[in-house]
Amino acid sequence: MEVKNLKKYYPIKKGIISKTVGYVKAVDDVSFSIYPGETVGLVGESGCGKSTTGRSLVRLEDPTSGQVIFEGKDLASISKKEMRELRTDLQIIFQDPYSSLNPRKRIGDLLAEPLLAHKLASKAEAAEKVNHILETVGLSKHYKNRYPHEFSGGQRQRIGIARALMLHPKLIICDEPVSALDVSIQAQVLNLLKDLQKEFNLTYIFIAHGLGAVKYISDRITVMYLGKIMEMAKTKEIFEHPMHPYTEILLNAYPVPNPHMRDREQIVVEGDVPSPAHPPKGCVFHTRCPFAKDICREKVPELNGTDHLIACHFPLSQ
Amino acid sequence: MAMKLNPNRNVPEAADLTSKEAVLEELGREESYLHMVTRRFLKHKMAFFGLIVFAIFVLVALLAPVLAPYDPNKIFGDFDASPSSAHLLGTDQVGRDVLSRLIFGSQVSLTVGVGAVAIYVAIGIVLGLLAGYFGKWVDMIIMRITDVFMSFPYFMVILVLVSIVGPSLSNITTVIGLLGWPAIARLVRGSVLSIKEMDYVKAGVALGYSTPKIIFQHILPNALAPILVNATFGVASAIIMEASLSFLGMGVRPPAASWGNMLTEAESITVLSSQPWLWFPPGLMILLAVLSINFMGDGLRDAIESQQAK
Repeated sequence: MEVKNLKKYYPIKKGIISKTVGYVKAVDDVSFSIYPGETVGLVGESGCGKSTTGRSLVRLEDPTSGQVIFEGKDLASISKKEMRELRTDLQIIFQDPYSSLNPRKRIGDLLAEPLLAHKLASKAEAAEKVNHILETVGLSKHYKNRYPHEFSGGQRQRIGIARALMLHPKLIICDEPVSALDVSIQAQVLNLLKDLQKEFNLTYIFIAHGLGAVKYISDRITVMYLGKIMEMAKTKEIFEHPMHPYTEILLNAYPVPNPHMRDREQIVVEGDVPSPAHPPKGCVFHTRCPFAKDICREKVPELNGTDHLIACHFPLSQ
Repeated sequence: MAMKLNPNRNVPEAADLTSKEAVLEELGREESYLHMVTRRFLKHKMAFFGLIVFAIFVLVALLAPVLAPYDPNKIFGDFDASPSSAHLLGTDQVGRDVLSRLIFGSQVSLTVGVGAVAIYVAIGIVLGLLAGYFGKWVDMIIMRITDVFMSFPYFMVILVLVSIVGPSLSNITTVIGLLGWPAIARLVRGSVLSIKEMDYVKAGVALGYSTPKIIFQHILPNALAPILVNATFGVASAIIMEASLSFLGMGVRPPAASWGNMLTEAESITVLSSQPWLWFPPGLMILLAVLSINFMGDGLRDAIESQQAK
């Protein structure tokens, strides 16, 4: 999958005639590619546009402009009907396991539904597949007559994952799939996702605001800030040689379970994320960057590099 | 994976493996949503009372030809007769048996109540779903129409319309039904607006479900609870509406009996002061019907809301 210059602006409307007075630039000119079988982590603070990016990729949001090339087709411009057919290859796992399952449907029906809706199986076949998928995600097949409210968060998330797998997708957007879970359950679900990736040859886009889960699961990491990509590189590279000041700050914010490291030198970030309705001129991070110079306030840095992409006028030296 | 045991269920001792599977299957099937709401509803004392009274009304209405001692329109020689063994509730001013008319009147009230509400709930659900789900100009148009309907003096419009199309049971039902939907439409629209942002609806889109499937199978069932409560109260107000129209002579046309037109006789001061058997029974019936339905509505709301709070 190839994402080119993806933009998603939300108009800000005012007055009785709903005049558009400005835009919230949730995703602003984002480009990256994902190779089959890999996991790309997407990290950033709340409101940086990572979820909007994820949702635009499966057209839960219609992008304002840009292209999402998948299997040779541009998802951003094809018709709804064509999109419906392609949806079998593209799935999404949601953050909140309490709102992602229809409370009025039994687990069995909920899981069989995708197959029946796309006429991919008869009722009996679907029931068989439901049994199989429940066991694959580590749940008993006897659960299929239960309702979602009878399950814990971790179990619900497994059901959500099972539902996404029913259509045998190629790519799954994991929209903060473990953020709402207990730490102990997080590990279980992450391991499950890893196992499933091997078993079904899946490609993941893994969205998270915490670095822990992302580090564990991702092959490459993309760091976003205010709707723009700041840095993109292999997981190891990002953690060992972060080049963007923002990445460095994110890494510092991630607690290290080692008391001797308590006094390590840290770059501390000050202030809040500026409003995406009025993003700063030049480099969007300059308002909070400890190294900001005049050029940062004037010129938008390009995303440059081959393996290790970075958008900064003054990358940290290695 | 810990099996959630239901303490209320008798667990048969599993001997061999096959029956153990069966037990697991049985345990897995915890009580359904409907079951739970029914149980909570029946535990609600007022609601249970309301249900019984309402059930009696329904039975009486259905069995009216069997239960009524006389033909409701048959005229006996002695009019204005006080209750006696021949006429348990006496006779009215033209000499018809009050008890028989009362029994047949229940048919009118229930037909109008249930019929009108069925019509307007159907209209309200469809418009509310369309407005809430599609938003934008669809929402704009539907909600403005709703505002227009809500700004009419409801009773006056019904009165005028019924006088135009002519007072009859089916006309009253239809007119009330065609005018009652705005409240339901607003209620449904509101629920849909919040439900369509839920991830399970987004998941439906991502899974490639058709729009009608998402609207009717994923959104509507989750919006149904408040509609049901609202509809219950609607039945009570439709019954009152019919009684009021009949009282004003715009309802069911005499000689057909309705609780409302029976009350009309109480317009005369002599009836009001010295012939209570003519107006007290129909008045009491209206009161009981409306109260029992409102109690049911209250119980239903509590049963549903406590489930949601859980």
